[in-house]
Amino acid sequence: MYVRRLELVDFRSYERVGIDLEPGGTVLVGPNGVGKTNLIEAMGYVATLGSHRVAADAPLVRAGAATAVIRCAIVHDGRELLVELEIVPGRANRARLGRSPVRRSRDVLGALRLVLFAPEDLELVRGDPGERRRYLDDLLVARQPRYAGVRADYERVVKQRNALLRTSYQRRKWAGGERDGADLVTLEVWNAQLIRYGAELLAGRLELCAALGPHIAKAYDAVAAGKGAAAIAYKIGSSGRGTERLSDPPDPLPDRAGLEELLTGLLADARPAEVDRGTTLVGPHRDDVLLTLGHLPAKGYASHGESWSFALALRLAAYDLLREDGIEPVLVLDDVFAELDAGRRARLADLVAGAAQLLVTCAVAEDVPEALRGARFAVSEGEVHRAD
Amino acid sequence: MYEGAIQDLIDELGRLPGVGPKSAQRIAFHILSSDTTDVARLAAALRKVKESVRFCVTCYNVAEEEQCRICRDPRRGNEVLCVVEEPKDVVAIERTGEFRGRYHVLGGAINPLEGIGPDSLKIRELLIRLGNGDVRELILATDPNTEGEATATYLALMIKPMGIAVTRLASGLPVGGDLEYADEITLGRAFEGRRAV
Ligand SMILES: Nc1ncnc2c1ncn2[C@@H]1O[C@H](COP(=O)(O)OP(=O)(O)O)[C@@H](O)[C@H]1O
Ligand SMILES: [Mg+2]
Ligand SMILES: [Zn+2]
Repeated sequence: MYVRRLELVDFRSYERVGIDLEPGGTVLVGPNGVGKTNLIEAMGYVATLGSHRVAADAPLVRAGAATAVIRCAIVHDGRELLVELEIVPGRANRARLGRSPVRRSRDVLGALRLVLFAPEDLELVRGDPGERRRYLDDLLVARQPRYAGVRADYERVVKQRNALLRTSYQRRKWAGGERDGADLVTLEVWNAQLIRYGAELLAGRLELCAALGPHIAKAYDAVAAGKGAAAIAYKIGSSGRGTERLSDPPDPLPDRAGLEELLTGLLADARPAEVDRGTTLVGPHRDDVLLTLGHLPAKGYASHGESWSFALALRLAAYDLLREDGIEPVLVLDDVFAELDAGRRARLADLVAGAAQLLVTCAVAEDVPEALRGARFAVSEGEVHRAD
Repeated sequence: MYEGAIQDLIDELGRLPGVGPKSAQRIAFHILSSDTTDVARLAAALRKVKESVRFCVTCYNVAEEEQCRICRDPRRGNEVLCVVEEPKDVVAIERTGEFRGRYHVLGGAINPLEGIGPDSLKIRELLIRLGNGDVRELILATDPNTEGEATATYLALMIKPMGIAVTRLASGLPVGGDLEYADEITLGRAFEGRRAV
């Protein structure tokens, strides 16, 4: 698959821009801050309905404009599909697929499969568990779009359940009353859904981690030239705010019913603490992914270079896995080559040279290995021009 | 920003569900350029809906009289009762032509984020209705989203001990959706394939 054309209106620094792209390698060249990452951020948004840089949508809209539009023509198996997204901060986005509007913007998920590696990905290794959960969930959705629904339903249930626990907590504090108030009668009802969607999400993540393992080891080995074995392990439990209580999933992995049972047990155990603190303490939204190099966790132990290679390995593994599914994703490497010495540049070039479409951004074109330089675009403030 | 009355109208329209700022502006200027008689008719319709439309004393659907048209219809059966969130859901189900029983309109769904618990809905009224004894089967047709699902689960927990069969519309409905948007075929099939809960 490849992106044939990208058009932006009032997206980030671009008032209006359109670029025609080709399969194979493309380099976007320009000094820092001119808007290279903005271009690929827009493509990433089409693929995941989110930015890899910011959580909220407001910064994506050009300062002074009310909404931003991304149009993307995607060619897959010789057929062209047009995706159009209008980003309306604070409201639901509007989306079109082909010629017709879709009822929900998430209906466009799956139209563009794209793997993006950017400097921000260092956070996958060094950052909060939320970064790693998002890595898994985005990949899950890219492979099976139905998980977008599961994820949204799960998040909604957690929000509702938290609202219920919080109101009950506040009411108790006001009244100085007994522990498990009558207002918690409907907690069971939310538990049922937390368990159902939670187990579905958990099953997807566990399966995904198992599938990713060998790809991550292979990719790290290639990027870091055999220095250390990279591994990934899913951790169930409660993470965050000093309450780390993570454990390995049972071995062998339980089926869906088994996972529902597991969550039922965790919820029952956590109930007093949840009522006490007024928030949902167990479930996939509190889990983490442990990344290890040899015997040591990468977080807190790995050097900058190792962390960076690990982050790249995570993205390359995702790319491999999507490829295995039979659809060639678009691969994007943002500001990657400047960080690498000649040896690692060459190894990375070998790994990605076969991509159906490879977009590389850089400040200096010579940093990008010869083999990956195809079409070249010069990016200057608010403008993009073909330059080869 | 416009001045005075036109901005007031834009603001009021903008508060309506599904109307964004741009549409509100378009509608406001459309009204401004319309015939006085057309505008008077719209204003009268707005006033009348609040004055004359009431809620049915039996099922809480909208009604022009004490009871709604469906509750007054002697050809409909009392054995199967369909529970929905809003009056618009009654209209959607009526369009399928699959259902000949009666309705109960809850007036919403359990939604802690908006402070809506079971007490804010017509659930006590439903239990009283069921206590009268005619109903054999209760169909839970709340929306297929998390709030509708929670409401259905809650009702099932309350009602099953009463010895009444409780069914839920089959999936096939778009998850996370509103019942009113489901097309007739999907909704009709969901009705046919309802399952015990
Ligand atoms: N919402 C916005 N409106 C206008 N300009 C923006 C907006 N968001 C970012 N920018 C500008 O975009 C530029 C950064 O672009 P970016 O793509 O990150 O640069 P680079 O070419 O280094 O990747 C900055 O100059 C920033 O001011
Ligand atoms: Mg950049
Ligand atoms: Zn009635």
